[in-house]
Amino acid sequence: MIHSLFLINCSGDIFLEKHWKSVVSQSVCDYFFEAQEKAADVENVPPVISTPHHYLISIYREKIFFVSVIQTEVPPLFVIEFLHRVADTFQDYFGECSETAIKDNVVIVYELLEEMLDNGFPLATESNILKELIKPPTILRSVVNSITGSSNMGETLPTGQLSNIPWRKAVVKYTNNEAYFDVIEEIDAIIDKSGSTVFAEIQGVIDSCIKLSGMPDLSLSFMNPRLLDDVSFHPCIRFKRWESERVLSFIPPDGNFRLISYRVSSQNLVAIPVYVKHIISFKENSSSGRFDVTIGPKQNMGKTVEGVIVTVHMPKAVLNMNLTSTQGSYTFDPVLKVLTWDIGKISPQKLPNLKGIVNLQSGAPKPEENPSLNIQFKIQQLAISGLKVNRLDMFGEKYKPFKGVKYITKAGKFQVRT
Amino acid sequence: MSASPAYSEEKGGSSSLGEPEYGHDPASGGIFSSDYKRHDDLKEMLDSNKDSLKLEAMKRIVAMIARGKNASDLFPAVVKNVACKNIEVKKLVYVYLVRYAEEQQDLALLSISTFQRGLKDPNQLIRASALRVLSSIRVPIIVPIMMLAIKEAASDMSPYVRKTAAHAIPKLYSLDSDQKDQLIEVIEKLLADKTTLVAGSVVMAFEEVCPERIDLIHKNYRKLCNLLIDVEEWGQVVIINMLTRYARTQFLSPNQNESLLEENPEKAFYGSDEEDSKDDKPDAASLVKRKPYVMDPDHRLLLRNTKPLLQSRNAAVVMAVAQLYFHLAPKAEVGVIAKALVRLLRSHSEVQWVVLQNVATMSIKRRGMFEPYLKSFYIRSTDPTQIKILKLEVLTNLANETNISTILREFQTYIRSMDKDFVAATIQAIGRCATNIGKVRDTCLNGLVQLLSNRDELVVAESVVVIKKLLQMQPSQHSEIIKHMAKLTDNIQVPMARASILWLIGEYCEHVPKIAPDVLRKMSKSFTGEEDIVKLQVINLAAKLYLTNSKQSKLLTQYVLNLAKYDQNYDIRDRARFIRQLIVPTEKSGALNKYAKKLFLAQKPAPILESSFKDRDHFQLGSLSHLLNAKAVGYQELPDWPDEAPDPSVRNVEVPEWTKCTSREKRKEKVEKPFYSDSEGESGPTESADSDPESVSESESESSSSSSESGSDSGSRGEESGDQSEEEEEEKKKKKKGKEGPRKVCPESAGRYHRHWRGEGAGSATSWELRNTSRDMGGLQPISPCLFLIDSFTSPALERRDQLITSQPQHVPTAFLPPSAQMLSPVFSTMKTYELLHRMAGEGLSVEYYFNRQPFPPDPHMVAVQIQFSNNTESEVKNLRVSEPKLVSGMRIQEFQEIGKAGLGWNDGALKVSTHSRQFYVSIQPPVGELMAPVFMSENEFKKEQSKLTGMSEITEKLTLLDKCQSDHTIVQRVTAAANVSRVPCGADNEYRFAAKTVTSGSLILITLEQKEAARAHLTVNSEKMVIGTMLVQDISQALAQ
Repeated sequence: MIHSLFLINCSGDIFLEKHWKSVVSQSVCDYFFEAQEKAADVENVPPVISTPHHYLISIYREKIFFVSVIQTEVPPLFVIEFLHRVADTFQDYFGECSETAIKDNVVIVYELLEEMLDNGFPLATESNILKELIKPPTILRSVVNSITGSSNMGETLPTGQLSNIPWRKAVVKYTNNEAYFDVIEEIDAIIDKSGSTVFAEIQGVIDSCIKLSGMPDLSLSFMNPRLLDDVSFHPCIRFKRWESERVLSFIPPDGNFRLISYRVSSQNLVAIPVYVKHIISFKENSSSGRFDVTIGPKQNMGKTVEGVIVTVHMPKAVLNMNLTSTQGSYTFDPVLKVLTWDIGKISPQKLPNLKGIVNLQSGAPKPEENPSLNIQFKIQQLAISGLKVNRLDMFGEKYKPFKGVKYITKAGKFQVRT
Repeated sequence: MSASPAYSEEKGGSSSLGEPEYGHDPASGGIFSSDYKRHDDLKEMLDSNKDSLKLEAMKRIVAMIARGKNASDLFPAVVKNVACKNIEVKKLVYVYLVRYAEEQQDLALLSISTFQRGLKDPNQLIRASALRVLSSIRVPIIVPIMMLAIKEAASDMSPYVRKTAAHAIPKLYSLDSDQKDQLIEVIEKLLADKTTLVAGSVVMAFEEVCPERIDLIHKNYRKLCNLLIDVEEWGQVVIINMLTRYARTQFLSPNQNESLLEENPEKAFYGSDEEDSKDDKPDAASLVKRKPYVMDPDHRLLLRNTKPLLQSRNAAVVMAVAQLYFHLAPKAEVGVIAKALVRLLRSHSEVQWVVLQNVATMSIKRRGMFEPYLKSFYIRSTDPTQIKILKLEVLTNLANETNISTILREFQTYIRSMDKDFVAATIQAIGRCATNIGKVRDTCLNGLVQLLSNRDELVVAESVVVIKKLLQMQPSQHSEIIKHMAKLTDNIQVPMARASILWLIGEYCEHVPKIAPDVLRKMSKSFTGEEDIVKLQVINLAAKLYLTNSKQSKLLTQYVLNLAKYDQNYDIRDRARFIRQLIVPTEKSGALNKYAKKLFLAQKPAPILESSFKDRDHFQLGSLSHLLNAKAVGYQELPDWPDEAPDPSVRNVEVPEWTKCTSREKRKEKVEKPFYSDSEGESGPTESADSDPESVSESESESSSSSSESGSDSGSRGEESGDQSEEEEEEKKKKKKGKEGPRKVCPESAGRYHRHWRGEGAGSATSWELRNTSRDMGGLQPISPCLFLIDSFTSPALERRDQLITSQPQHVPTAFLPPSAQMLSPVFSTMKTYELLHRMAGEGLSVEYYFNRQPFPPDPHMVAVQIQFSNNTESEVKNLRVSEPKLVSGMRIQEFQEIGKAGLGWNDGALKVSTHSRQFYVSIQPPVGELMAPVFMSENEFKKEQSKLTGMSEITEKLTLLDKCQSDHTIVQRVTAAANVSRVPCGADNEYRFAAKTVTSGSLILITLEQKEAARAHLTVNSEKMVIGTMLVQDISQALAQ
């Protein structure tokens, strides 16, 4: 399975290597660098590269390439999914998955990698288990450790490893018992030039933060579970209960985790909460163009649309933009040719507008295509699909937990073609 | 302290250069002498006796390893610390060892004994990690030791250790493939393991060592299918992939009959889908011969048990199930995977990339499957190019008569994209749509012609190439387009496009008789400056014109040929010479001359534009080989379906003889003790009079339940804790309904009802016993318990069993015992109940068990376990059964006792309790002290036996006795509570002796507790079973310390 792992930063330094079998020389990464050069863009480096003796499977996360070396046939998704899990674990342990965080905690990283794979096959990937084996670094603990000489390693086998609920730690104790659920829905949409919806879909997740003592057994029910078209579950959820009763019944992991992710059936019409009016045009032979974008909320929502940001990838020929905005501020990055307009909250009385002149390179041909607008927004206290949590029941423990549900709707991949 | 000092130290100095030196001050970086210094100081730290210094040193060394620096010269200093007490130092030493042992084999051998000791440790974590490191040291000399360790660990009690053993198998195999046969034996043994923890790892070992031994799977096939959902996600992927291959060899194709019915209506639409219809013909022929297809139930089992995994959060699992369905399911059922795959498209871009490749392959074969999700493949301008191109591929594959107009509209948007590679791919996609769907060919062609006036040359060039291919299909109608393209030769510079235009004009010069010679004239002027492919096409054009219109073009042709004759490129010179001979008649030219026209202007078949993903599905989808479209190392070919199904009975798991006979016995028993034998009146008082642990625990659990009920806001069962009269009324109602079940009033719990499991007619009050023929397992596994299952609310369990016992003669094998040593009836002490299934986890059903220490007459090699079920909910629990025991090798199942619909099994760990609505997995973990039976012996015999069991068999531990633990009585009580032993008389009053023998093998266990001054004591255990001994010492000292 996975033979070795190299972590490479954007400037091409291999700053960490780990081998689970015999050592593979760093020079194998040259094939990767070659592919990287060919791809020009980090996004376009092929995740699977075949070299004479090995296969390289890589992911790109937080400006780090995780390049794994494979020698024999293995499902590529297996490796990709695992590498993402590694990155998630770093994120979980160090708060960020960055080169500095990894370098600062190199020993813990090494210990983690040692536990996560045995001979290249995943051993323990649940964060709750890993945290029992290797305690995450905190300032307090490192002070205590340096005084007492104790270590970050757990001394016993995490009981979860052996039980039927490998995701939960054995002894959990909180003084305040809380369970929070964030229902986050993202609207993926493509709006065409004329403002009609080409494609729209709601992708939702329920992220949970559970801080409950003991072994609570929760069941979460919805007012309208039929809305959920396609659901994927955290392993803790009892599939049979969902099938028969449409109730999410589970013994939760401790801490933050993603309970489910779902898609709302595409039959339902998706209400698009904003509209955009745009005039973007480039004049022939005059090396300038017009840019005029107005964004507004649709009437029927009743909630304010906030955190609105419009991002536009302008054509290569654009040199500069002279714009005035009625609300918010804009920046134009002349290197990447990205225009970012940070609007904030939209008030229906006065619609935010951004207009002005686009300067093109002199002599360059008029750009073929108008750039498309990528829009981000947030609507608090609303699940756009109408999904509602009915109730949360807890069994198995005596205390009364504090329960909270938060709804939020965001723009996912929301694109307006112009 | 975390690793930060190790890093931060040198960070300031050199990290900006990308080559930081670890562990010494930045100023001296790179100087040779400092190298010595650095390592000296690390060596010093490692040699010190302070753990903190060692730890610091190890952290720095590991940081060096992480960076890829050589730290091998520290090997002797590091290896010394392998037995260090500090667990973190130890782990880091392991990391170092695994990294460098291969290079320093001799020195590495020094550490082996530590691991061998670790393998015998009572702590399963230490046993496992010792095996892990031992097997990771790639030193060929220790192969026999590894082999031994793996074999032993494969029959370890702890499933975690067995899992580690499974992981060690491929390691040993890669080190020495001669061990294959022995390893296969171990794999076979581990495949029979019934725990989910082991299943994934052993299948992985199977795949790496002996994927061809498909026969090993037969017996375990059903078990694997059933365990699948509870295996950890990585194991699931491996198992599913293996089962896909297995199913291909064992079952018949589910699509053999349907292929005709399903494919044909579609085929009528797409005349060009020749490939498929060819496939069908043999099918149709064979259809006649074949019997009607009936799916093997095992095949169905696999499909059914994998389906829920489509909902996994792990993309690899979803993909594995998708490929399983694609390769194994009947056509009508494959559709379910589309939704899950489309969901994965929201994931990371690498996941998208892999999934799209697979979708592309699938969409060629099963177009209908993804059609409803067409819009999910629409392209956003922010997608990376490689994703865009794959999505385009899928969209093209999905195009058909009905959706083509929408797709083309989308394509129109894409053509204006800034990403030119993507635009080029789009143009090709349009070309493919046009060839596949005749209806839109003209529309596409017109669109492409419009693109010819595009400003971007790449776009134009790509369009020309595609138009050329399209025109070849119906040239006559399109002379206008050809004329238009001829004009383009003035502007287009892309060689491929120029070549394509020239080829078109030459090929169809008869349609454009006036333009063609003019183009040739222009090209001959610029001939020397052209690219090679263009030059070749110029020669081609000249030759064709010479043949059709020699009057106008004779001179031009000769001019071009002369230019070509002196070209730098020999291909062009060759071509010129060849063509001259062919077309220009001379005396020498032979018969070919006459056929020149036929040679050059023959009807050429139109090129077929097809997907590069066609036929990729002969690779197992989701595999690396499929992705690369080439066989990867170690790829296991996906076999074709067999024509005749192999014998399905190979998968039947034998039901051992003893099960049958016990079940018969049980049936008899059932008659003897009818379920309703115990009325409420009878059971109530007996139980309350008897203060056995059962009722205590029951009232405890009941009260806790009621309090949590009132505490929790569920409210659904709030009324249960209501007053008695209500309950009685309710009960009456129930009685009227005829659904009466026994209940019991428990006086001590203040008039509250204890509701237990109210069966329907059957299944309430019963007792069964289960037994187990035990095998002598030897080695590490001396547990072979037997199980009593006694219903909790009938007459007290003990009483009933006592009757049983007295009715049967006891006989004890005495082979291992000195003649006078006799089995004793168990020492009674308060028994500890263990929870098997918590009331909440079990949704109201709670299960507890305890060891009652009664000998089990039918088989003295077993330990009795009493299990007690109670129902804490208001509703009835139906179909209670205990099933699917997952046994470890060396264990035997205790097959069910049937009671109504209940059954029970045992294993060293896991049981599955199921009710009509739910299934629970539970496990029994017997403390080692329960796996023995007390033995009586005299002091002299004790001493004699003890003297035989010294050395390795003796384990001593010092302990401090607490104040409350000083008295005779407490000590004896505590020891007997911790282990089922009997006291041996003893002369000295500061010494206590106990004796017992293990139930399975009858080996003696002798315990001596010597009280020293000041509350200190020595505990000695003598036993030939070392593992039991060590565990027992732990248990007893724990019991005494409490």
